[in-house]
Amino acid sequence: MTHSDSFVEGAMPDVKAPSADGHAATPVVALTGITRRFGAVQALCGVDLVIRPGECIGLVGHNGAGKSTLMFVLAGVLAPDSGEFRVGDQVRPARTHLGPPPGVRCVFQELSLCPNLTVVENARIFHHALTGRGWRQRAAALMVRQLDEIFPGHGIRPSDQLGDLAIGRRQMVEIVRAFASEGLKVMILDEPTSALDDKATQQLLEYVRRRVAGGLSVILISHRLREVLQVADRVLVMRDGQVVADRLNQNLTHTDLVAAMGHVAPAQEVSAAAKAEAGAGEQCLTLSVPGPAAPLVAHFGEIVGLAGLSGQGQTRALLALMRGRGGGLGGDVNRLAFVAGDRQSDGVFPLWSIARNLTARSLRALRRGPLLDPALTARMVEAWRKRIDIRGATMDRGILNLSGGNQQKVLFARALASDARIVLMDDPMRGVDVGTKTEVYRLIREEARAGRCFIWYTTETDELKNCDRVYVFRAGAIVAELCGDDINEANVLEASFHS
Amino acid sequence: MSASSTAAGSPGRSISALVSVALLRRLLPAASFVILLGAIISINPRAGTYMGLTLILNLAVPLVLATLSQMLVIAVNDNDLSIGAFVGFIACAGSLWLQSSPWMTIGIFVLSIAVYALLGWLIQAYRLPSLAMTLGMSFVWYGFAVVMLPAPGGQAPAWLHHAMTWRPAFIPLPLLISLVLAVVMHMLVMHSSFGVLARGLGGNGRALARASWSLLAIRAGTYAAAGLLGVLSGVSLLGLATSGDANMAGRYTLLSIAGVILGGGEFVGGKVSAVGAVFGALTLSLVTVLLTFLSISTDWQIGSQGVILILVLALRALLQRNSDAEGPVA
Repeated sequence: MTHSDSFVEGAMPDVKAPSADGHAATPVVALTGITRRFGAVQALCGVDLVIRPGECIGLVGHNGAGKSTLMFVLAGVLAPDSGEFRVGDQVRPARTHLGPPPGVRCVFQELSLCPNLTVVENARIFHHALTGRGWRQRAAALMVRQLDEIFPGHGIRPSDQLGDLAIGRRQMVEIVRAFASEGLKVMILDEPTSALDDKATQQLLEYVRRRVAGGLSVILISHRLREVLQVADRVLVMRDGQVVADRLNQNLTHTDLVAAMGHVAPAQEVSAAAKAEAGAGEQCLTLSVPGPAAPLVAHFGEIVGLAGLSGQGQTRALLALMRGRGGGLGGDVNRLAFVAGDRQSDGVFPLWSIARNLTARSLRALRRGPLLDPALTARMVEAWRKRIDIRGATMDRGILNLSGGNQQKVLFARALASDARIVLMDDPMRGVDVGTKTEVYRLIREEARAGRCFIWYTTETDELKNCDRVYVFRAGAIVAELCGDDINEANVLEASFHS
Repeated sequence: MSASSTAAGSPGRSISALVSVALLRRLLPAASFVILLGAIISINPRAGTYMGLTLILNLAVPLVLATLSQMLVIAVNDNDLSIGAFVGFIACAGSLWLQSSPWMTIGIFVLSIAVYALLGWLIQAYRLPSLAMTLGMSFVWYGFAVVMLPAPGGQAPAWLHHAMTWRPAFIPLPLLISLVLAVVMHMLVMHSSFGVLARGLGGNGRALARASWSLLAIRAGTYAAAGLLGVLSGVSLLGLATSGDANMAGRYTLLSIAGVILGGGEFVGGKVSAVGAVFGALTLSLVTVLLTFLSISTDWQIGSQGVILILVLALRALLQRNSDAEGPVA
């Protein structure tokens, strides 16, 4: 534990104590020292978690704190790399994929529904026991009963196709389907209310309390801290793959939780003077976005950060710019380059060589007459190979021979080698190791000093320290603009969660 | 699955307009069949008799089976470019040996269904593109067929020929078979657990994996069922043609895909309709008949067939877009 916060110290003794009504001799699930790694990123580093029967645990933390990974481990979707995973009296071995533990069900953040199937058929997929003659009738009865119990007045019919339902109702189906399980002991709800309206949210929270009173254990992950404080018996705060606070929900406030999620800021990486020197260029684009701190404005020579929780409209703003919706561009998107965050789906050309991936954005500049000029291409590739320092493969090898971090460097080089003066970045550093990050940050600062403009969506608050100005997004709107020394985690969290 | 239930899920839309568009879309396969049949009968009224219908729809049965096979593959987001060559291969094998050594021939059929299952397994296990795999397989099946039967020949067993030319009371055989196939396949695809899983794999494979289903088993099983329908298609084609030829079903590959799409299926997303696919295949076989009745020279027939196909699909795309525009913005 790297920080000494009275909030955390006060919390520790509570963990071992039996719950108030004392019926909790053996925990339903106990995790000890669970670790899990994705490539260079340590998503979980030694998590302890004890779930006792009949308690509701709230789990909060910033993006990338490891909440979802922990829930994937708990739900048996991912196997932990090490640590003890005990369900009842049984110990599940690490590094072995066993499927969901008995009695544990999870409502995943991205829904696990088939849009082309009906409500009944989606229930069939989830509940293996709904088989044999008349399974449709039984599935329909089950879903209707549960829907009526959790969301009275839901307006969903068992024969409705999921794809025809609005997102909120799809979410209801997913929740209801999981709660309809037999022998349920632990229910994990990962952001269940993000698509629900206020009424449905209250219905769900009241139902959770009823089930918890009946002995079910529930884990609720939510960015809406008010809901967590309303329903949880105990709140866990995660940060950097660890549980940093574990405390009974008594006299706990919104501010306590935000403080526990935050970082003690390390020394500023970029001096304020250097930042002031930037940001003085000519305005290069604007984008009208709703919100009190709108519109979005950017200047040449400036690094503009887009912050906030993930999926609050940042990517949509970048895509709107790519579609030529920004002001000051005159609809000319050729002046923009885009660095994708989701490498696999919209970054690399998986079958192409490193060199062809690198030059993909510059084909216009590498032409001589109607054809590509091999000499010009080779010169660009060689220049950037030196600048970004690609190790492990020659440039004519397939891009998939590179590690994820090196692939991402190639994507950066693709944008920076182009003639684009404005570079849009869609959270490109997800899953990239620290060494690569440092190199890329340096490149970005060099290029900004040379007059380029960067618009950088990031979910990692540390990265915002490289920015001259930051816009904080919430629910599709820009709710705050931070400059200079105001760019810190506390301010970003405050703007992201303020309700 | 009625049109009205589809509409009821998303309030705040003009329900009546939506029902009509959804209904039109659903009725399009049947409507195009009826319109073509009406055109043919108006040119030659005798086509509407028992004998006339039997004759003009005779060759539809193998195509209906091939289309249903293709429909299963499309339900899991794949395409089978080998179905035409496969049907030809089955017909050739049958023409050579079904009469003389029926058990060995059935063994060959079972083995080829196993190859289909293996293909599905490989495609799932190694994330291979089905287009490339089945295109490769089409040359394999065609190669086998040519080696077995270098020139058209062979002989269908008499019982098979009799079965395919049987005259049931009241309803012409091709329509009877199509009706039975439509009902059976509708039950399998829309109402059985297997059908739900196969369409679920097309809709969102990860949801199935999360619910601890074996995607390998589902895709392999779907391909095996597609292989079985391909075998039935080949055998029925042999019964009608009485002799075999490696090239005899080459057109089926594209026609079967067109039939599935015409019948309301979609290339991705696990949206298929068995009843629609049957109508799609029947419609496509009527197009050829109509063009012959219009005395269009065979030189122009394939082109005209394409034009009719494009018209129907364009109409469908138009109906689709209208209903999408009214739908919720997800």
